[in-house]
Amino acid sequence: MNKTALNTNASRPNSFKTGPDERGHFGLFGGRFVAETLMPLILEVEKAYNAAKADPSFQQELDYYMEHYAGRPSPLYFAKRLTEHLNGAKIYFKRDELNHTGSHKINNCMGQILLARRMGKKRIIAETGAGQHGVATATVAALFDLPCTVYMGAVDIERQKPNVFRMKLLGATVVPVKSGSHTLKDAMNEALRDWVTNVEDTFYIIGTAAGPHPYPAMVRDFQSVIGKELRGQMMKAESRLPDSLVACIGGGSNAIGLFYEFLDEPTVKMYGVEAGGHGIETGKHAASLNGGRPGVLHGNRTYLLQDADGQILEGDSISAGLDYPGIGPEHSYLFDTKRVNYVSATDNEALAAFQLCCKMEGIIPALEPAHALAYVTKLAPTLPKDHLMVMNLCGRGDKDIFNVAEKLGVTL
Amino acid sequence: MSVNNRLDARFAELRAANQAGFISFTVAGDPDYETSLKLLQALPAAGVDVIELGMPFTDPMADGAAIQAADLRALAGGMTLVKTLQMVREFRALNTTTPIVLMGYYNPIYSYGAEKFARDAAQAGVDGLIIVDLPPEEDEEFRPAAQKAGMYVIRLTTPTTNEKRLPAVLSNSGGFLYYVSITGITGAATASEQQVQNAIARLKQHSKLPVAVGFGIKDAAGAQTVARHADAVVVGSAIVQTVERNLNCRHELVTNVCTYVQTLSTAVHDARKKAAA
Ligand SMILES: Cc1ncc(COP(=O)(O)O)c(C=O)c1O
Repeated sequence: MNKTALNTNASRPNSFKTGPDERGHFGLFGGRFVAETLMPLILEVEKAYNAAKADPSFQQELDYYMEHYAGRPSPLYFAKRLTEHLNGAKIYFKRDELNHTGSHKINNCMGQILLARRMGKKRIIAETGAGQHGVATATVAALFDLPCTVYMGAVDIERQKPNVFRMKLLGATVVPVKSGSHTLKDAMNEALRDWVTNVEDTFYIIGTAAGPHPYPAMVRDFQSVIGKELRGQMMKAESRLPDSLVACIGGGSNAIGLFYEFLDEPTVKMYGVEAGGHGIETGKHAASLNGGRPGVLHGNRTYLLQDADGQILEGDSISAGLDYPGIGPEHSYLFDTKRVNYVSATDNEALAAFQLCCKMEGIIPALEPAHALAYVTKLAPTLPKDHLMVMNLCGRGDKDIFNVAEKLGVTL
Repeated sequence: MSVNNRLDARFAELRAANQAGFISFTVAGDPDYETSLKLLQALPAAGVDVIELGMPFTDPMADGAAIQAADLRALAGGMTLVKTLQMVREFRALNTTTPIVLMGYYNPIYSYGAEKFARDAAQAGVDGLIIVDLPPEEDEEFRPAAQKAGMYVIRLTTPTTNEKRLPAVLSNSGGFLYYVSITGITGAATASEQQVQNAIARLKQHSKLPVAVGFGIKDAAGAQTVARHADAVVVGSAIVQTVERNLNCRHELVTNVCTYVQTLSTAVHDARKKAAA
């Protein structure tokens, strides 16, 4: 088995922001582990993305839609009551749940659909777990009048009915995936299968900073608007950089979006919070870094939940959006180089934080950032009052109320 | 590169006989170890020239529903990569001539240890490897070890592998070229005869290796058409579906699957005679 202690081999680089290399590697991780059927497609996306990045009119167009359609910049909000309650660090929320469609997912979808348009693609596909990325994709597809097909595990369709209906209202076709374990990873397999079958006209909008190169870097770039805004907002509010950043990790897109701007600021500590499910020690969790080991899936090398034979295991989390057996390769690199601390929060801790946020701040958070908040409630009390902590409140919880009601034993 | 590779010997025989070869694809351990081994042992007598054996994986991204289901059946039956090599070893004890090509995905191999796997697979009697998600850009960590151990690395080429990419795909590949005749997954659409013919002609301009055509060949008639042009024909999903149809009569499974395989191999072997007549 491949259980080498990678942590000990990784040397501390001069900059954490140089990755990936031209072949998509972040140290050992990332790359393009795809079938030849897919390779020409991702090479085409890479070429088009590089051209778009070099073209100021692309960024201008993106900025326009982010401001006038998605509602950016998202506010930086001082969570006063929560700060008083925890009696430690000064806690700020980056309010990405206020974006159109209710999460950070729109930042990435808007970038990718503008790229798809530049490439002249006529059809959009996506995978989704909780349905947030599916809704954001269906939204931008409606906006630009492109037909959209969203692959969603049959199990998740059952768990996330409101989002399924939202996607349908927006004109998307939702395809239930009944292969494998009927969840997010199988939805991603199925979307990839669609893509290799419809090579000419289709663009695949991947929902997190994972998949084959250039997706991890491209999704990071689109999401890093979060950290860029934060720098200016924090300078305005406190005249200095934050001391710590906290974000939940599914595939890692909201987290890398928050962290990236500050990776080379040595005073800024970072915490990625994985889904601890029933507890890492129970084996029933979705914590790829804390409970997995390096492997190859969905086009990249990264930490994965897998058995001794290298077969992929299912994640287990109260949050469908964190229930992915892998993680974006840049996080694997930041884990091995120890730049970011990766911790976890259990289902029950997230559920408690969810309720606390509702009552203390009048904000119903998504279950995903409730994991980040659970860690904030542990960390903040141990820190001095002048410590500036920012949590990415990356999604609102409307989609989760049925699920939470059930967990709390309430019938609606 | 190995001069004694069974693939070279087999393609030389086929060339001498002016016949296209028939390559069957089945999944190791589908539906269980014993049945799968018996099937493997019976395939050469049903006219199979090269055995392609799938190493089951939970997430076979390039495969369609039939092969995915077969992978999951095998895994549910407790199949592992260690057992797949054991199966090859047991096969080799009784058959030293039929080439075996393992096909699968990289993660189980990476987990096993790439270099160790290369040694163990060659020792077990494997002749070639198709690792679907290990393209030339990423295979430096495995390919040299596999070649050193005497196995060929067989690469997929597709209708979208353009002239610019083709040299990279062809370099360091051996045994035969596997042409994926459609854009898509195993068991999906079918390419036209003209498309296949053109594609083979294009590949032959770039390489001296035999060309096997697979993905989307669904029956004996389709196999025969392709066999007029290709050096070998691969059928996978249709055979695996026959396994699936016989799940409830496992004692007859091997016989029933082999009867079907015989119709495919006969169609392939007769293709050029028929075309000439
Ligand atoms: C609100 C919200 N946060 C987080 C995630 C997890 O994804 P990522 O780690 O890519 O931010 C999701 C995924 O569905 C989500 O909906």
